[in-house]
Amino acid sequence: MTASVIPAEAGTSGQEVTAGLPEVPASAGMTGVSREEQVARSGATESEIANYTINFGPQHPAAHGVLRLILELDGEIVERVDPHVGLLHRGTEKLCEYKTYIQSIPYMDRLDYVSPMCMEHSYVLAIEKLLGLEVPLRAQYLRTFFAELTRVSNHLLNIGSHIMDVGAMTPNLWLFEPREDIMNFYERVSGARMHANYFRPGGVHQDVPAGLLDDIGEWMDKRLLRLFEDSLSLVVDNRIFKQRNVDISTVSKEDAIAWGFSGPMIRAAGIPWDIRKSQPYDAYDRVEFDVPVGTKGDCYDRMMVRAEEVRQSVRIMKQCLDQMPEGPIASLDRKVVPPKRAEMKQSMEALIHHFKLYTEGFHVPEGEVYVATESPKGEFGVYLVADGTNKPYRVKLRPTGFSHLQAMDFMTRGHMLADVTAILGSLDIVFGEIDR
Amino acid sequence: MNNSAPRIAPIEGLADAVKLSLGNLYLDHRDEVGELSFTVRRDGITEACRMLRDEFEYQQLMEIAGVDYPQRAERFEVVYHLLSLTRNHRIRVRVSTDEDLPVPSVTSLWPVAGWLEREVFDLYGVIFEGNDDLRRILTDYGFQGFPFRKDFPLTGYVELRYSEEQKRVVYEPVKLAQDFRPFDFLSPWEGAQYILPGDEKAPEAPGAPTPLKAGEIKK
Repeated sequence: MTASVIPAEAGTSGQEVTAGLPEVPASAGMTGVSREEQVARSGATESEIANYTINFGPQHPAAHGVLRLILELDGEIVERVDPHVGLLHRGTEKLCEYKTYIQSIPYMDRLDYVSPMCMEHSYVLAIEKLLGLEVPLRAQYLRTFFAELTRVSNHLLNIGSHIMDVGAMTPNLWLFEPREDIMNFYERVSGARMHANYFRPGGVHQDVPAGLLDDIGEWMDKRLLRLFEDSLSLVVDNRIFKQRNVDISTVSKEDAIAWGFSGPMIRAAGIPWDIRKSQPYDAYDRVEFDVPVGTKGDCYDRMMVRAEEVRQSVRIMKQCLDQMPEGPIASLDRKVVPPKRAEMKQSMEALIHHFKLYTEGFHVPEGEVYVATESPKGEFGVYLVADGTNKPYRVKLRPTGFSHLQAMDFMTRGHMLADVTAILGSLDIVFGEIDR
Repeated sequence: MNNSAPRIAPIEGLADAVKLSLGNLYLDHRDEVGELSFTVRRDGITEACRMLRDEFEYQQLMEIAGVDYPQRAERFEVVYHLLSLTRNHRIRVRVSTDEDLPVPSVTSLWPVAGWLEREVFDLYGVIFEGNDDLRRILTDYGFQGFPFRKDFPLTGYVELRYSEEQKRVVYEPVKLAQDFRPFDFLSPWEGAQYILPGDEKAPEAPGAPTPLKAGEIKK
């Protein structure tokens, strides 16, 4: 069978694959068979057929965390979706109000735990904006570099699990290999494999250890891109994969705007909007990259946009490696950035500053900002209200997945039960961030 | 440019144009740290948002944030963050309300507002008139109270555990093995609200200078 017939078939939304899944009876609700015919065939009267409501989650391998979906089904067709979120709500925003500004950074890692450094990024930029704090160029490049590394890590996980959600095992295993490498790079730079706590107001915590940047540069070509392209080659033209994704849950430009989409979701709908391009922060205006957009806004487009973003991230990282200057890795403003330990052995002033910064913390002037960056999942914003003390008055985190998951209802209506996992996979949701 | 936060070019004369269009809905506006925010009348929020969306091209509603100021008469602020994809600009619209006064819903303008309003309702208890699905969203099923209000304790009132005897999750009042200690590291030389020991003898002693606001910093 040639690839050209796939779009035509895709309308019947993967009956072949559905039949392969044991828990889903593939009899009812096939498109093309009218409701009356179904009733007539089964010999039942109309009144006996009621909509079927099932629980999807909170413990379900394809739910990407603790998501509970109440699905209202007509046979196998989804009539309504009611996502219940909040099972991972930890009150991060409230906790931040009781901690100094620096003490809250580790909470950011635990929001979207798949892309921790990108969560820190918005938060430290918001603090810097209120403080009016200048960041040295090397620190800007380091943050850009590691934000892109994080983006690769996030997309590897999402692409892999999306592919696995629709039935392919191998790419996921292959994509976890480079992700594991990224964890190791994380550990080398920050000491932690996942919850890095690496970005700080004014720069980054410490300079990269010798040889790390060279190792990552070599790894990108020799390992990341090879594994990545190999895994994708298994699915991008694969007939089964296309049947499960092409034309599933198309989102128009108007819908994408009205439902507050951002990131790969809005780009897949055909709107070339990328905060890294339009409102550049850190060193993003010094590097070149392309913004991929989709043509149809279906699940396939959303995955392919992410796949292309991995390649663009590699491009950005390479440019960062070329352009990164030597110099300080954090602002030299001693009222915000603590001094080096070696300095503390010699200087009384340094010791006092260190003590003050780690007990009282720095004071952020009164004011409010909304700083949004392009996290791998979309626009991750921090609305920070400061009252002039050492603790934030209010931190409102704008999660990306919250709006996307809300759109799940209209995106899933009229699709088959088996498509729910494909749509969920293409949304790229992580509950650490949605529930906060 | 003295920071590396997302760079958004200011639009000349925008504040005046919006103020003129808002008419009697307008209450106040601030232009601080390069961010423009408007305060409008509570009953006019839908109209103001419709105007900003249709006339000023702020197509997307990105976020609705609640803020609690218990010392104010109308203690809650509901802050709407709008984004213009075409003009590449952000704007903030805020209304104030209290526990009882309902805020008109903007779900008719943006369907995304549904969950955003539910969240503000859940955490602050602000009521949105016209949102027909105003259920709790982030807190537990059957949760009591509004946790993000400033007078709600950080520890909460209820804790839950799995009971081996009853073979189910049981809810109990919070018992802390150690008291929650909110450390006040604020330096007593700057901004302390109480009179320092010894200072009562010198009532005319000059206080600490008021810190600058973020918008006033010149570098």
